[in-house]
Amino acid sequence: MIQVENLTKYYGQTPAIKGLTFTVQKGEILGFLGPNGAGKTTTMRILSCFMPASKGKATVAGFDVFEDSLEVRKRVGYQPENVPLYNDMSTSAYLSFVAEIKGVHRKERKRNIEKVMDECGITDVSHKLIGKLSKGYRQRIGIAQALINDPDVLILDEPTIGLDPGQIREIRGLIKNLAGRRTIILSTHILPEASMICQRVIIINEGKLIAVDTPDNLVTSFQTDSRVLLEIEGPPEDIMKELKGIDGVVNIEKKDPISEGAFTYFVDSTLARDVRKDLFITISKNGWILTQMHTIDMSLEDIFLKLVTEEKA
Amino acid sequence: MKNTYAILKRELKSYFTSPIAYIVIFVFSIISGYFFSSIFAFFGIMCVRSINNTYLQTGLNITDGVVTPTISTLSILVLFIMPFLTMRLFSEEKKSGSFELLLTFPLRDTEIILGKFGACFITFIVMLIPTFFYQAIIFSLSEPELGPVISGYLGVILLGASFISVGILASTLTENQIIAAVVTFGVLLLFWIIQWGADFTGPIIAEILIQISILEHYQEFAKGVINTHDILFYLLFSFFFLFLTKRSLESNKWRS
Ligand SMILES: Nc1ncnc2c1ncn2[C@@H]1O[C@H](COP(=O)(O)OP(=O)(O)OP(=O)(O)O)[C@@H](O)[C@H]1O
Ligand SMILES: [Mg+2]
Repeated sequence: MIQVENLTKYYGQTPAIKGLTFTVQKGEILGFLGPNGAGKTTTMRILSCFMPASKGKATVAGFDVFEDSLEVRKRVGYQPENVPLYNDMSTSAYLSFVAEIKGVHRKERKRNIEKVMDECGITDVSHKLIGKLSKGYRQRIGIAQALINDPDVLILDEPTIGLDPGQIREIRGLIKNLAGRRTIILSTHILPEASMICQRVIIINEGKLIAVDTPDNLVTSFQTDSRVLLEIEGPPEDIMKELKGIDGVVNIEKKDPISEGAFTYFVDSTLARDVRKDLFITISKNGWILTQMHTIDMSLEDIFLKLVTEEKA
Repeated sequence: MKNTYAILKRELKSYFTSPIAYIVIFVFSIISGYFFSSIFAFFGIMCVRSINNTYLQTGLNITDGVVTPTISTLSILVLFIMPFLTMRLFSEEKKSGSFELLLTFPLRDTEIILGKFGACFITFIVMLIPTFFYQAIIFSLSEPELGPVISGYLGVILLGASFISVGILASTLTENQIIAAVVTFGVLLLFWIIQWGADFTGPIIAEILIQISILEHYQEFAKGVINTHDILFYLLFSFFFLFLTKRSLESNKWRS
């Protein structure tokens, strides 16, 4: 549905994105991850035909964003980062204006507007002036206007920023529901959000693509060692020494005390060996008391940080 | 066409929900009213003086003495006031960022420009309406010729359209409304006085300067003469600046 090939954008002399290449399948939700200034907004602006790339090619729904911009724009709903709306209009008047411009048939307009207002939870503010609404409501109107003509492709730049937790869940649910029929690209800083709603994520940093995969695959492929959390009552020095001697253990970290004489430890070991059995045997042999033991999976967050910092080094 | 209408409606609403249109129309009415009453009063004094002076009487008639001057002063007033109407058209959207959404809607640049032009033009016509009452007063008191009134207003309207096209162009160039207004005013004033240079240049350049002067073409309308080439001048002038505006919008999509 969306094909991006070697996309590059220069602002003056400085490149904001450098040779991005990826594709998005029909019906897929793709998450765009990256630190501030990574080039997420830049990429989305190019895909939504707001500005052209300096080099490279991008097609949306089979149309080139540069050559056939009008055709692309008919099929894309775009919610820009700062949600720039017309502050002097009421919510319903604004949506009606956008519906008209996006070619929603006069007869369907009212129904469509009511539907998206309901979906985005803005029915209550339909007669209020947009300029007088809170950030969260503006954000929802931004999503509503992108949905109004039921487009094939949705490009949402940080759709859940500025929303309250309840609303975040609703909007995530909404986005998930929209998938299947539509292709969605969204950018976010919230990593659990990406692993929750996206089928695939792209991680970019300083304009370069550093990883594309499903959240699960990313976690497994970037996990180089496994980590076990332990809570043990006993003398810390001895514990550290003994546990380090176990075959396969790479590193042990002692954390803050949890109670009198009890500490949390993180034990890292090579993936190839499950050290939990040995840990347990060693601990009980020494007469220490084990109160908790579980493995910690690497989160998308860890991978993200790892990738981004590795890139810098 | 449908899209142009949608934009036009939105822009027009925007003019009349903000105080801008009301203030501009109010100021315009006050000043044009003041001009009108001064011209009318001056004419009255001249009439009284001419009772015993046959020499003065010969040149005195209501059309040349009141109608033509009032309409002519409108043109200079429009020159001063138009930048305030046009400055927001694109600059405001650039500043607020709604420009980004506007450009990603499935609209052609021409539709956007014509919609905005239309809304500004209609506001301008609304602004002229109070001045019709001044003419109505003259007509109720006296019997001036109708011709110069019609041609005079036609001239002002064409003049207004060309002012708007310059204003729109300026407003696509900056996100700062003040800069847009100042640039518009500067360009308009230059085209207004450009024929002054004709006195110091060779005959060919002089002719060119006269032909591109906005004021020069207006003079004929004020006299009650409607020439097709004057009408054509204003239409071409507007078309040219709207074309540049389209180019300016397109430049956002030039690869760099
Ligand atoms: N209009 C512009 N002119 C010049 N440089 C720009 C412009 N817009 C963005 N940049 C630069 O391009 C780079 C990428 O910016 P972009 O807005 O795409 O980042 P982002 O990933 O969306 O960041 P954020 O998470 O903060 O939204 C940044 O270094 C930024 O400074
Ligand atoms: Mg961004």
